Amino acid sequence: MSGPNSSMSSIRTPLARVRGLGSARSGTSDFWRQRVTAVAMIVLIIPVIVVVMMLLGRNHAAATQILGSPFVVIVMTLFTIASVWHMKIGMQVIIEDYVHDEKLKLALIIGNNFFSVAVALAAIYAILKLSFGV
Amino acid sequence: MAQHIERPLSPHLSTYRLTLTMAMSVVHRGTGMVLYAGTLLLVWWLLATASGPAAYATFQGFIGSWFGRLVLFGYTFALVHHLLGGVRHLIWDLGYGFGPTEREWLTRAALIGSVSLTIVLWIIAFAAGGLR
Ligand code: HEM
Repeated sequence: MSGPNSSMSSIRTPLARVRGLGSARSGTSDFWRQRVTAVAMIVLIIPVIVVVMMLLGRNHAAATQILGSPFVVIVMTLFTIASVWHMKIGMQVIIEDYVHDEKLKLALIIGNNFFSVAVALAAIYAILKLSFGV
Repeated sequence: MAQHIERPLSPHLSTYRLTLTMAMSVVHRGTGMVLYAGTLLLVWWLLATASGPAAYATFQGFIGSWFGRLVLFGYTFALVHHLLGGVRHLIWDLGYGFGPTEREWLTRAALIGSVSLTIVLWIIAFAAGGLR
């Protein structure tokens, strides 16, 4: 097992290099982030539901005003970041569990990353546009 | 280093009797995937509002249709179910609730809670006048 930092060029032992990192070289950080984003959403879901309830049946002018107010913008942006991050990790876990063909797995993981980034960018762009006035 | 190491294998899934807890874990994964797809609805809603009255009217037209309502109801249930199921998972992650009765009790609570909460949310939405 010789990675980019092969033991030849390092005085650290192989054990020291991998300790706590696991095979993905990033240890349990994805597991941890999925939990942190889950906790964030438990809190954020309450104002998000209130915002959605306020918007039901409103016309466009009222909707832009509500969605563009500072508190709503911040809540919606935070919820977008938390949920997209969380779902990206979650979907990667699902892919790794069921897809065992290496090439297909790689393609799906890349696709998952593209989809998640695109969704986050589109949502945040729309929220910010509303906040600065259409 | 690359030599094969004999590790103990866990018994195969099919040797266990299917329990409610197991079924709910599968459903949690399912709702996670539904919510993944559902983010498109969220993005559509935000982009339509940011685009102007015409795009907003198109979105409202979809959500107001029986199919749109059905999708939104499904999304609400998936979200609430995944939320309560997620809380249950977090309790387990902290090391609590693993006893045979606690485990089933937690699962039942999450199931009953998610059905009730979804209905309550839709009653509030109707009462608020938004869905008429
Ligand atoms: C509302 C609050 C939420 C909470 C508390 C929550 C909690 C969790 C937890 C604890 C897990 C890990 C389950 C396990 O260990 O097997 C998980 C998985 C997952 N979540 Fe969420 N989640 C929430 C919202 C969302 C949303 C909004 C999405 C999608 C946009 C989502 C998508 C997923 C996916 C795809 C997985 C992977 C499922 C699996 O590995 O079986 N979650 N969630």
